[in-house]
Amino acid sequence: MATALLQRRLIFVTGKGGVGKSTVAMALAQVAARRGKRTVVADMNGAGEQHERQLAPDLFTLSIDPQRAMEEYLTVKVGGTAGQILGQSRIFSAFAMATPGMRELLSLGKVWELAQTRRRTPGADPYDLTIVDAPASGHGAALLRTPRTFAEIAKVGPIAGQASTIAATLNDRDFTAIVVVAIPEDLAVTETLELDEALQRERLNIDAVVLNQRHPDRFDEGDLTALRLLAAAPAARLAVDAEIRARLEAEQAARLEQHFGERLQSLPYLFKPELGAEELELLGRKLDL
Amino acid sequence: MSLTELLEGKQVVICAGSGGVGKTTIAAAVALGMASRGAKVAVVTIDPAKRLAGALGLDLLDNEPRQIDAARLAGVAIEGELWAMMLDPKQTFDDLIDSVAPSPERAAEIKANRIYRQLSTAVAGSQEFTAVSKLYELSQSGRFDLIVLDTPPARNALDFFDAPARLESFLEGGALKALLRPTTLGMRLFAKGAAPVLAALRKVTGVDITTDLATFFALLGGMTDSFGVRARHVDELLHAQSTAFLLVASPQAGPTDDAISFHQTLAEGQLPFSGAIVNRVHPLLADEPLPDVELQLAEKLAATLSEYRVLAERDQANLTRLRAALQGAPLLLVPELQDDVHDLHGLLRIHQALFG
Repeated sequence: MATALLQRRLIFVTGKGGVGKSTVAMALAQVAARRGKRTVVADMNGAGEQHERQLAPDLFTLSIDPQRAMEEYLTVKVGGTAGQILGQSRIFSAFAMATPGMRELLSLGKVWELAQTRRRTPGADPYDLTIVDAPASGHGAALLRTPRTFAEIAKVGPIAGQASTIAATLNDRDFTAIVVVAIPEDLAVTETLELDEALQRERLNIDAVVLNQRHPDRFDEGDLTALRLLAAAPAARLAVDAEIRARLEAEQAARLEQHFGERLQSLPYLFKPELGAEELELLGRKLDL
Repeated sequence: MSLTELLEGKQVVICAGSGGVGKTTIAAAVALGMASRGAKVAVVTIDPAKRLAGALGLDLLDNEPRQIDAARLAGVAIEGELWAMMLDPKQTFDDLIDSVAPSPERAAEIKANRIYRQLSTAVAGSQEFTAVSKLYELSQSGRFDLIVLDTPPARNALDFFDAPARLESFLEGGALKALLRPTTLGMRLFAKGAAPVLAALRKVTGVDITTDLATFFALLGGMTDSFGVRARHVDELLHAQSTAFLLVASPQAGPTDDAISFHQTLAEGQLPFSGAIVNRVHPLLADEPLPDVELQLAEKLAATLSEYRVLAERDQANLTRLRAALQGAPLLLVPELQDDVHDLHGLLRIHQALFG
């Protein structure tokens, strides 16, 4: 799965809250970086700052801040007197930040800029791959819809132009991939199926679904019968519960399998207090089949 | 301290927390618990699981609280009343315009405006804005003893508090009012010094968007002040002593970090924090010898048990961290339930864990 994905220049990773989007984004990035692709993982949580940080050879992270992205846009893209006037105008800045959707558009503008082979930021080296650790499903779908909405509302002028370019990039399947992360629970699976519908309305396509955190299924019918006789023992009760969970998970996995077929890839639940570099590498290898 | 004691005298409970921790179900369980103790409670949910919504009879999506038939809640006696609704952001927005517009004609014009349509639907922020707006509306109505609000998923609390304020300030048009003055003929340049900014703005945004915005604010006309007044009332409600923020978290490392920063944001904003509920905790197991079974099964049991212990210990470590950060504020635990909890059965079990 990873091989096909890594041929794009831009990957959005979204999914329900708490399913491990950041983990999957980082695991994918590690695989790419190991293959010598200069990779950046960008999230949208920048609070007033926006610095590219290097984690490993060919592996970078960046938290995008809409205000900083706007300043960059005004200096580099608009330039001239207009750029200067707006860049210095606090009224304009307040206006832009308050305009619904503008923060999302500006953040996406920065993502688009990161993914270009020739970046407009002076002196910045291009990345081979930009992976976006995107907001959760609902907000994620709204985010991906923003450029088109702006292009329609503004119609003419640089914002409309920029918004159309970004919208076209998102719709270009050779350039952009969308990965949705889910866990094998009813709510997350339902949200994934709904997200697919919502994205299809925007002519956007889910390239891969990562079914994260699958628990092991190790007990058979004979085991269950034996375990039920021992129900007083805490270990036996745990085992029965684990088996019930594994079966419920299998049902949820089947729902995704039926809808996404070969686009579905499962990752195991890792029983670790915290996921470190070693665990990310393991998950990366599983994605890299 | 029990949840009932924590919520004594409260009229509004806001369940805040990051995505995926079970906020909606916890909000519903809190509402159920308080209703069973005699209060008339409304719970405002945001995008609840279909099965939970169905179980509560919330399939009706008309943006108004509906009374839950007590017969649905087998095993829980409701002394008071339980009402529930699913938030419809677009409808809430439309209702708001209807209530502040000077005439139905003006309301219809606003609702047909392109900027308004964009504003009231797709955009991130409208969920937060309308959730708070609905809360205020229900609280003003005086129909309920207690209103429980579920909140949209967010990585940090700031998203929830900033989004309504941002939208409110846009509606108020404060920034734009400095540039433009509404007249009967649309918008006109206001002050000298605004001209170059407006010219540059037009160059960057394209003429159409400024014209559209001008029309939009001309339509809002005198209403912008009501948005400002409303914003202040909402702010007072959020800070009132009769309001309680309940932090909902789960015991993994990431959500614990999120909860700690949520708590800090609440404290900095001087918002009335009442306590935290940690959902899906794996309780520690006593050390007991494995039951005597054949070797193969014994190995499987040992593997399952050791996996469980990792999670139980992880949860304890994160709970210790959270407890330290909360500095003595109440912390309630809901144990992990093995089956999927997003239905009525799960709701009743969480209710049981919280209210005993």
